[in-house]
Amino acid sequence: MKLRGAEILLQCLQREGVDTIFGYPGGAVLPIYDALYNSDIRHILVRHEQGAVHAADAYARVTGKVGVCLSTSGPGATNLVTGIATANMDSIPIVCLTGQVATSLIGRDAFQEADITGITLPITKHNYLVERTEDIEQVVREAFYIARTNRPGPVVIDLPKDIMERAIDWTPTDGEVNIRGYRVMKGFNHGQVITAVDLIQKARKPVIYAGGGIIASNASEELRKLAESQKIPVTTTLMGLGSFPADHTLSLGMLGMHGTRYANYAIGECDLLIAVGVRFDDRVTGKIETFAPHAKVIHIDIDAAEIGKNVAVHVPIVGDVGEVLAAINGRLSPVEESQRQDWLATINLWKQQYPLCYGSSAEGRIMPQYVIEKIYELTKGEAIITTEVGQNQMWAAQYYKFKHPRTFITSGGLGTMGFGLPAAVGAKIARPDMTVIDVAGDGSIQMNIQELGTAVQYNLPIIICILNNQYLGMVRQWQSLFYGGRYSHTDISVQPDFVKLAEAYGAVGMRVTEVQDVEKALQAALQVTDRPVIIDFWVEREANVYPMVPPGASLNNMLGGDC
Amino acid sequence: MAHTLSVTVENKPGVLTRVTTLFRRRGYNIESLAVGTTEDPGISRMTIVVDGDDRVIEQVTKQLYKLVEVIKIVDLTEEKAVERELVLIKVKADANVRADIVQIVDIFRARIVDIGRNSLIIEATGDSGKIDAIEDSLKPFGIIELVRTGKVAMVRGGAK
Repeated sequence: MKLRGAEILLQCLQREGVDTIFGYPGGAVLPIYDALYNSDIRHILVRHEQGAVHAADAYARVTGKVGVCLSTSGPGATNLVTGIATANMDSIPIVCLTGQVATSLIGRDAFQEADITGITLPITKHNYLVERTEDIEQVVREAFYIARTNRPGPVVIDLPKDIMERAIDWTPTDGEVNIRGYRVMKGFNHGQVITAVDLIQKARKPVIYAGGGIIASNASEELRKLAESQKIPVTTTLMGLGSFPADHTLSLGMLGMHGTRYANYAIGECDLLIAVGVRFDDRVTGKIETFAPHAKVIHIDIDAAEIGKNVAVHVPIVGDVGEVLAAINGRLSPVEESQRQDWLATINLWKQQYPLCYGSSAEGRIMPQYVIEKIYELTKGEAIITTEVGQNQMWAAQYYKFKHPRTFITSGGLGTMGFGLPAAVGAKIARPDMTVIDVAGDGSIQMNIQELGTAVQYNLPIIICILNNQYLGMVRQWQSLFYGGRYSHTDISVQPDFVKLAEAYGAVGMRVTEVQDVEKALQAALQVTDRPVIIDFWVEREANVYPMVPPGASLNNMLGGDC
Repeated sequence: MAHTLSVTVENKPGVLTRVTTLFRRRGYNIESLAVGTTEDPGISRMTIVVDGDDRVIEQVTKQLYKLVEVIKIVDLTEEKAVERELVLIKVKADANVRADIVQIVDIFRARIVDIGRNSLIIEATGDSGKIDAIEDSLKPFGIIELVRTGKVAMVRGGAK
């Protein structure tokens, strides 16, 4: 049967299990949109291409499936760049379909032409420019395969208009993916697993340092088994939040720059560090030379290039973290609580001495941390929380006790302001059954506020909690601590009336200025079922995120947070 | 220390850009780079000379392997390998010095491939040490122009 390239594309997407794509039309993708007109694929029309890619990214984070977005050529494609880099830094499987000018025009600076494969080269796992209609099937199959296997990541497929228009005789085939230079990681080094088991058995003060790899590999159960059977405390990275229940007695919460004191002290004291699905990011390690100074390090990761990239490790194990943890668990017999008594007692003492805490506002204003605590209480830790970037993100990470993987959706590596709202859209589309809350700042929310239109169009009851301090709060915090309080261009008190803004879009808007109204407002918002809600919380303007490891300092050298 | 990496890649457009972009982005420095097809038309070979300690080379190798189109990497520094480079040198050569230059060319088993009124083009192949040496020897006469191919290399014996 003769089919146009665009129709072949959509069929291939469906064969990959795609039922939803986030996109924005334009000239070069007219054939694709024409094919979508009578396709079963659900298309979510965003208001800006950046919204599409973040939504697809969040869809992938929440479901574990590959997220898909679609944009036109040129500016449409370049608007995806920040979102692609975001997904790349956090190893999120997405496939970005970009329109391209007709092949006869490529390289001639045609209208709305941009070299998107060139531009995205360093921020994708791989990318393709499709040059023949006959290649569509193979390229789509490879793209999804590459995006979701091994260390996941974004793949771009650039689709010239004429390739999409051209009709060819085509019937789908069940070809296998066979790429000479790309093999899916199978198995791992059993000898290294035995060495690791030996170290775990001998360790007196072990700590597990778990990251986004646990979530990518769906390895939370194995992680929990290891921790519980060996009585090993677990600290997670920002990306690892939810991989181990934060309310578990063995949980140390997050480590690093804004981690808990007890997590960072445990890293400083431990004699064995079991690093699983992590990359020793600078925000985690602080001064790298003094990170876990007394510890032997076991590093388990699927990406061989992460081993030894930032720190030297004693036992590297390259493999799927879930499989490796299962193998380790299979070789260990449970230890008695008494064997770990001293170490756990030390940690519990730190937990009592240095709990996460915050002061009160001199002017009696709402403390932003209190808002997060209330969100946690009211949702019982069962909501999906997306965040923007900055103080709002860190407070959400600190004060919402994540119980489940795939419920904390944040731009960790790239730190993309404007991520949270489109991410909430993607999350709610993926999981309409769950409460989805975007913890936002007044700066970040303005970076993709247009996606409120998307949320209204699709009747998505997401709740956007703006912690409004009328500052770019995290930058102001650094200016306060390290630049002599010179608040250079961080006062953003000229801003829209967020209540009116919400109403203008057809959303619900509320403003909360008094502490006693926080809970009421959240309860009211949780009752809304057919449209988004913005709650504009006027919070203490100069609240800081504590504790804090100053940049370049050792983890045990923390500022603030002692109440 | 300089390492010679023999990298086999899919012979596809953009592969060279992918490899060089990786080097730039990660801050590794390419000392020389030679690219060409192999006995298999679907595969190209890049011979990359990169400077760095073992840790750097390990990272370079691992990062290169992450490129989908990179098939295999061999560090020839650790192997018994034949390494060759080709150089063309245009040197000033009036009548009084020609004999001296010819003598140098003979010593290095190089060849004169073009004769101008006041210049010669000399072609030499060899390992990098030999190429450096012939360049040094010809310098006193005045080198007008010089071009080197970058190193190509192959493991000795039956191995591939």
